[in-house]
Amino acid sequence: MDYCAEELLISTIASLLDGLRHIAVGVLSPIPGSASLLAASRSTTIKKVSILGSMKEPYRVDGAIDLFDCAGQGRIDAFFLSGGQIDGQANVNLTGIGHYPTQDTRWSGAFGSAYLYFLVPRVILFREEHTRRVFVPKVDFISAPGTSAPNVHRPGGPYALVTPLCLFSFNRTKGRFRLESVHPGHTVEEIKDNTGFEFDLPDRVPETLIPDSQTLQLIRDKVAPIISDPYPDFARKIWGI
Amino acid sequence: MNKSITDVLSLANQINDGSKVAIFKDCSVPMALGRELIRRQVRNLHLVTVPTGSLLPDMLIGSGCVSTIETAGVSLGEFGLANRFSSAVKEGDIAVLDATCPAIYAGLQAGEKGIPFIPLRGLIGSDVLANRMGFRVIDNPFQENDPIVVLPAIKPDYTIFHAPMADQSGNVYLGRQAELKIMAHASNKTLVTVEKIVDFNIMDHEELGSASLSHLYVDGIAIAPNGAWPLNLPGYYEYDREIIQSYAHAAKNQKSFNSWLATHLSGGSKETS
Repeated sequence: MDYCAEELLISTIASLLDGLRHIAVGVLSPIPGSASLLAASRSTTIKKVSILGSMKEPYRVDGAIDLFDCAGQGRIDAFFLSGGQIDGQANVNLTGIGHYPTQDTRWSGAFGSAYLYFLVPRVILFREEHTRRVFVPKVDFISAPGTSAPNVHRPGGPYALVTPLCLFSFNRTKGRFRLESVHPGHTVEEIKDNTGFEFDLPDRVPETLIPDSQTLQLIRDKVAPIISDPYPDFARKIWGI
Repeated sequence: MNKSITDVLSLANQINDGSKVAIFKDCSVPMALGRELIRRQVRNLHLVTVPTGSLLPDMLIGSGCVSTIETAGVSLGEFGLANRFSSAVKEGDIAVLDATCPAIYAGLQAGEKGIPFIPLRGLIGSDVLANRMGFRVIDNPFQENDPIVVLPAIKPDYTIFHAPMADQSGNVYLGRQAELKIMAHASNKTLVTVEKIVDFNIMDHEELGSASLSHLYVDGIAIAPNGAWPLNLPGYYEYDREIIQSYAHAAKNQKSFNSWLATHLSGGSKETS
């Protein structure tokens, strides 16, 4: 069965969500949202997928304070973050480029990242642009740090980084990414060329598993109609619904 | 308590230059009241976005009404960056007190409890913390070797929001936006615009009462039909996508922002219908 680039990303992210209970999805996250719904559709452990912006049960979030308190209680197992810049230590910059505070390019701001990155055990970084502009040696501003000193209360942190080219895992002890798999049609060289930070590399890098027909069926039949509620434009573009 | 029910202009006139004003993120935003603030050219506002800001903070900044913004982020969401905000930051026209969402909520919760500060996990090692003079790291007094951030209480002069309805006593039905209650509790005064005034006591109503703000906290109410337009009022009306899209486009530079504002400041048909 043919699949599109978004479906590969959805299936790749979903493979990182096995065995969890509660996955939360922030704003502007149709692909992580779809991945969470896919994981839930074939899981016996996932009790709830909370999608910020969804007005429908069981995906509705009972107010933003509840979401942050829930993370503080240890009741959120996975969350997704992105960044205008992400560096090799998994520091995330959502704030801007240039000298703070009068930055040349000012983005929105840290949002919940400076808190959730510490408290959610499995934070999956996701960015749809894989370039040296995004994946830099050092972020200009640390909206949320990738690692912390041992005495800082931090049950959570970066777990993986998914891009249109590949999947990295993150080793919190070493504070480094490791290339886990390369998406079909791309090469390790291409990833090196487009990544501004150094990362660990196994001797042989496997190809990312493509979604099988059963997975694609689940995505199109079960996930698409649900994600079209908070993300109508996305669902229309990808699945024509 | 009928005296607290007034018109939108009178509410706007209560907010003096230099006031610290709390605004909810992207719904229940009092856009009609915001337009009055822009019309009367209020200056030097210290905005507290709870916890993030969207259209109204960007419009106020573009109109020169704001000197400081305390925020976890300003964005038009799916419509893109808040360009008047980004531009004002770049030019140094406004001071930004960058925070993270739960820090804004926690600060307001300290404010509503009347306590001076509140601890919050996270933040340590971020440049958000490094740039906030008011945020401190202390040792957990109950456990050794456990650094934790403490945040000062946030106590706005005003909370302003738009809600579905109020009653003659000044009780305001909020719906699901329970955060508005915390904002009102923490603020010195709360000014509210509503779709309508109902003739029963909201607090006596079993379902509505539990999702409402007591008149104790309400200092002024005005009727503003479609008062959140072009933003949404959950359960009542949706975003006006076309207008927000046109704003997002116009706000990319000050000149086109100014002409967009000149066209839309009069309110439009939605406000008076």
